[in-house]
Amino acid sequence: MDWYEVLVQQTINGLTRGSVFALVALGYTMVYGIIELINFAHGDVFMLGLFVSLTYFTLLGMAKTLHGWELLTVLPLVFLATMLTTGLVNVTVDRLAYRPLRHAFRLAPLITAIGVSFMIENLALIWQGPAPVPYPDIFPSIDILREWFGVESLIFLTTKDLLVVGATIPLMIGLQYFITRTTWGKAMRATAQDRETALAMGIDVEKTILLTFFVGGALAGAAGLIQGLYYNIGQWYIGYQAGLRAFTAAVLGGIGNMPGAALGGLLIGFLSAWSDQYISARWTNAIVFSILILVLVFRPHGLLGERTPEKL
Amino acid sequence: MRGWKWLGIACLALVVLALAGPSDAQQCPKGKLRIYTSWPMQGAMIPEGTGMKNGVDMAVAEAGGVVAGYCLEVVNLDDASPLTGKWDGAVEAENANKAVADPLAIVYIGTYNSGAAKVSIPINNRAHMAQITPANTYPGLTKKRGAAPGEPEIYRPMGFVNYFRVPPADDIQGAVGAKWAKKLGHKKVFILHDQELYGKGIADVFDATAKRIGLQVMGNEGIDYKQPDQKPVLTKVRATGADLVYMGGVVDTGGPIVLRQMKDVGLVAPRTKFIGPDGFYEDEVLKGATCDAVMAVEMRMTFASLPFENMKGLGATTYQTYKQKYGKEPTSYALYSVEAARIAIDGIKRAAPDIEKARELKDKREAVRKAIAATKNFDGLNGKWGFDENGDTTLETMSGFKVVKDNNPIGCKFQFESVLD
Repeated sequence: MDWYEVLVQQTINGLTRGSVFALVALGYTMVYGIIELINFAHGDVFMLGLFVSLTYFTLLGMAKTLHGWELLTVLPLVFLATMLTTGLVNVTVDRLAYRPLRHAFRLAPLITAIGVSFMIENLALIWQGPAPVPYPDIFPSIDILREWFGVESLIFLTTKDLLVVGATIPLMIGLQYFITRTTWGKAMRATAQDRETALAMGIDVEKTILLTFFVGGALAGAAGLIQGLYYNIGQWYIGYQAGLRAFTAAVLGGIGNMPGAALGGLLIGFLSAWSDQYISARWTNAIVFSILILVLVFRPHGLLGERTPEKL
Repeated sequence: MRGWKWLGIACLALVVLALAGPSDAQQCPKGKLRIYTSWPMQGAMIPEGTGMKNGVDMAVAEAGGVVAGYCLEVVNLDDASPLTGKWDGAVEAENANKAVADPLAIVYIGTYNSGAAKVSIPINNRAHMAQITPANTYPGLTKKRGAAPGEPEIYRPMGFVNYFRVPPADDIQGAVGAKWAKKLGHKKVFILHDQELYGKGIADVFDATAKRIGLQVMGNEGIDYKQPDQKPVLTKVRATGADLVYMGGVVDTGGPIVLRQMKDVGLVAPRTKFIGPDGFYEDEVLKGATCDAVMAVEMRMTFASLPFENMKGLGATTYQTYKQKYGKEPTSYALYSVEAARIAIDGIKRAAPDIEKARELKDKREAVRKAIAATKNFDGLNGKWGFDENGDTTLETMSGFKVVKDNNPIGCKFQFESVLD
């Protein structure tokens, strides 16, 4: 492979990796924006998304490579069902674990979140066992450059790569529309700005928080499904690492800021893929976090975050 | 009220009596000795941990639970932390201290992870307690070749060898792997490892041997195995044009992920193949990575012993007995555990007169340690062997396995391919 082929290939790797980080990061940032809670369990909801979707495919008898109409019907159906399930899981977590602590001091829900994360991980361990679980090639993998365009190239661009980007972008645009244009989205933003005033204006704050958890969980579920379809393997502990990277992405972009989370996710995807290639895989985490620190030194509120006055 | 109280005490006394059972003074004229074991018994390690426990139990049962008038008791300890499900230095230290503090403890069998052994060997060394491992293969635990500076002396604060291993160390497995790669016609190798003691150790020895025998090493890279996406690293491998990926690791440190994703980035046979060490000798690797992907890279694996089916003599009978007793195939290190426990029992038998004479606890343990260190011409699974001056086995039999199609539910299996040396 020539150097430009390597660069292009790694950029594709970074783009797909970053897209998944971005989807997970969005949920982190939304929840933080509204109740200032770092929901550590979020990464584990992402992991559940992978296993839940695998279960749906298996129940439907579709745990195999799908083609034509099967793909067009089953895939969106499982997408919806998975998002609904993980959304509800996230809502349940909020109801059971965070809501009773809504007015407690801020460390209490944080520690609870760590506990919830361990609980979900261990439930998944009991459910799916300790070993890596294979995820079938449900989405057909076609080498686009060669088979569609007849270009002889050492670069692999497959339909699976397109799927990741093709599923992530509409989700992000949809979310952006939801947040900025709909009444519910406005209620969410108002709650994020000032909970008491929002309450005084007649916004049902608890319902809004519930909705935020639902949307965040649904996005994590979608990301889990995409992860499964793309990387074809899952294990009970993958939520931890994904959550950590996504949280980093949210902070990098400016926590509480949606486009910031998406940008942060993509940046970390690119950075880590390039670092794996040009430096060394064992330094990747160090490099990602060094860049995070550098950004935070010069822009403490993140790349796109706005300086907000400390809430009293 | 008073009556009730007495009734309660009477009941309690009955329970205590029932628990104590019939007096075993007759079977154990000289009293009791305890063998401690320590390895992970949680998470992905449950099958292997149980297999190893079965191995020790089997050897003790063979002896009828009695050696030279001493009744043997096996105490199984788990050295994994419940938080991570993986071996943990603090837990292993606690286990070794528990064993050392028990006046009946005479031999310590363990560990599974070489990193854990680093913690327990010195603790046992100070107490003159012999430690036999059925599974540790990191070279530095016993010898200088493939070791870090200061090893292995740092594990022997009292200056003598108290740690003995049944399997051959990795320096042999890494070296054998590299020679095998050359014999198979590979020229350019890319080495990956999981950054753990076992994986990195074996990869580094492979690296050194490969360079020595004229293979071209295109890279030696530690991966972040918690990241389920290894495509960027594998793309890097592809860019170097390597015709072989050698990976040092075990079942749950990224091996299945690497195998699964090699195909996705175009690393497939005949252009690029895969060889790994026996840390991958688990069906979970084939299940997780899928047979499709594993066979696409023609996965091969070195195994630091002969396959159970190819063993002769005592090895063959031990294998049959194990299968009958537990109703399933032994796990990778189960039979080595049988061997380790047999060595321990043999040592206790030879040391029995000295144990009896000894006044202090440390002299009893010292007698057993000396007897084990002097093991020569022991009738083992793969023939007669003994310990060298480092506590390593004098046997160096290894085998090579290849994954082939099969009709089992998984769809493929590891099949013995050749004897390696």
